[in-house]
Amino acid sequence: MTRQLKYVEAIREAINLCMEVDPNVYVIGEGVPDPKGIFGTTTGLQQKYGAERVLDMPLSEDGMTGMAIGSALTGLRPILTHQRVDFALLSMNQIVNNAAKWHYMFGGQTCVPLVIRMAIGMGWGQGAQHSQSLQAWFAHVPGLKVVMPVTPYDAKGLLISSIEDDNPVIFLEHRWLHNTFGDVPEGIYRVPLGQGRIARRGKDITIAATSYMVLESLRAAETLSEVGIEADVVDIRTLKPFDSAMIAESVQRTGRLLAVDADWKTGSFAGEIITSMVEMVWGSFKCPPRRITLPDSPTPTSAALSRYYYPRAVHIVSAVCEMMQIPKERVSLPHETFGIPLDVPDSSFTGPF
Amino acid sequence: MEAQALQQLYYQMLRIRMVEEKIAELYPGQEIRCPVHLSTGEEAVAVGVCAGLSSEDYVLSNHRSHAHYLAKGGNLRAMFAELYGKVTGCSMGKGGSMHLVDLSAGFLGAVPVVANTIPLAVGAAFTSKQKNQERTIVVFLGEGATEEGAFHESMNFAALHSLPVIFVCENNLYSVYSPLNVRQSKARDNCVIARGYGMESFRDNGNNILAVLELAERAIQKARNGEGPTFVEFSTYRWREHCGPNYDNNLGYRAEHEFLEWKQRCPVISFEQRLRRDGLLSDAEICQIKERIGTEIEDAVAFAKSSPWPDENLLLAHIYAERRIDGVAT
Repeated sequence: MTRQLKYVEAIREAINLCMEVDPNVYVIGEGVPDPKGIFGTTTGLQQKYGAERVLDMPLSEDGMTGMAIGSALTGLRPILTHQRVDFALLSMNQIVNNAAKWHYMFGGQTCVPLVIRMAIGMGWGQGAQHSQSLQAWFAHVPGLKVVMPVTPYDAKGLLISSIEDDNPVIFLEHRWLHNTFGDVPEGIYRVPLGQGRIARRGKDITIAATSYMVLESLRAAETLSEVGIEADVVDIRTLKPFDSAMIAESVQRTGRLLAVDADWKTGSFAGEIITSMVEMVWGSFKCPPRRITLPDSPTPTSAALSRYYYPRAVHIVSAVCEMMQIPKERVSLPHETFGIPLDVPDSSFTGPF
Repeated sequence: MEAQALQQLYYQMLRIRMVEEKIAELYPGQEIRCPVHLSTGEEAVAVGVCAGLSSEDYVLSNHRSHAHYLAKGGNLRAMFAELYGKVTGCSMGKGGSMHLVDLSAGFLGAVPVVANTIPLAVGAAFTSKQKNQERTIVVFLGEGATEEGAFHESMNFAALHSLPVIFVCENNLYSVYSPLNVRQSKARDNCVIARGYGMESFRDNGNNILAVLELAERAIQKARNGEGPTFVEFSTYRWREHCGPNYDNNLGYRAEHEFLEWKQRCPVISFEQRLRRDGLLSDAEICQIKERIGTEIEDAVAFAKSSPWPDENLLLAHIYAERRIDGVAT
């Protein structure tokens, strides 16, 4: 029987295995060795590897990112952890000006093998400064790699690849994925950076999604299947390098493209997906491509407002119906099917974050 | 100190002076097509600090890095070629004056965003401690950098973990055209701030090479003994404009007499006079040294001018490291 692990356990196992085989790997971040251990992703590691390799840090995101970069330039392989993407904004200078550029601007002589883990919040009143995604920002910068794993299997395999990679990798973990379960083999295995994943096969429409939106897309696809629409769901997995070929192949089969990305609309990665496909496979489109994103607004806190803010399966189903010219009345909407409020991942979630 | 070592200090300072004067002379020719920040007048800090370091030790620097690079043993030909944007440059023409590097000399790199290399130096010191490398790290920073958050964050962490890093502040009184009194309170004292973070701090005349040397050696010895970081501040003065080859006192942001007073305290000339007075350097020797340096500079400039441009395929090379090489390539 295959082993099932929680997403957070898969992350912890990846870190543990990499620390076991490479003494240069170390973990640092605010709260890394505390009792909650970054949502359970770092618990027990300090007991095993000691305070020199598993460290808490001062609340100095910019300086500590620079410190991690300096240690990476000189032979260590840091895993820097932030409990929210929002906190990492204090370190954008070091990420963009240094981590992304040292290899290039010194003619390839040095490199920065650094992983920066950041959690994305959503729902439950996370508000304007606890829920941003910003993957498009990171993907915009040459020199960075950007990873958004969806399944526990990929979380482990992509994290191992990220730690072993010689480049700075932005590793974005969605809080609503942390408590999901999935098959995770034991031991070291790698999921290569730069390859998407077909999460579901279908012939009628390509839904290309990032991070947690892949799960919402799969929920939408189940509903759509009931009325005979079969969606091809592509999990982007790594935004940089971007596996545009996989989406192009899918669009050539389906003739339709819906990009789903929980980031602001203007300048979003969803826009990048659509532009790439327009350039690559324009002739295959049977209808104009569309995107589902966050509205161009900061995240509201009230549950009453966030139901209009976050895209969920219901919005995906609705968009697909419009693109396929199918009356929406024929489809039972997923949030009704699952009976859950829109600001929690499932009924087990009771806050606070 | 032996005569030879003293002569060596003089030689190093003079060499930096002559290299930068050469850059100022060549710059209007429009062949050096990148911003240059000359450190004419500030040579003693670079030479005095680096004299106590080995090639195993690392130095990181900022936008005004030529002196640090040369004092640490950076290759002169590769530096000129870099300024000329040639593929033989120390960064293959991808860096320019503001991104010098020479790993074989232990010059880990320089970048112009103020204070950016301070935490990187702390990280290199973290590696040194983690891997028991007994390597000392020096980061050169201007007094403007002490206004950045990264400076304070770095000092805090370095002291917390007792890291072998030395923060060398060159206080030249101006950030571009902005004097200290519009940027820092009169009551502020960076040495006191450093002590507040839990490290020793010292201050001295940055135009006196022997004073610099003495403080630097004390800090280096401490780092090597595992006694943690040190902050040292040296007062000094940039003669030329913030960026570019010219003098800019005509702009009125600083007084001509202030400039002339500092010029009187030229670190190179004052040390030369001292060596002459003590009978450690003759006119003939000075001539010989100048000739030797002049020849070396001519060779480096000729090398730069005759070197090939980077090929178009280098544009998209080195965006990502392609194989695992564990940090610094060896």
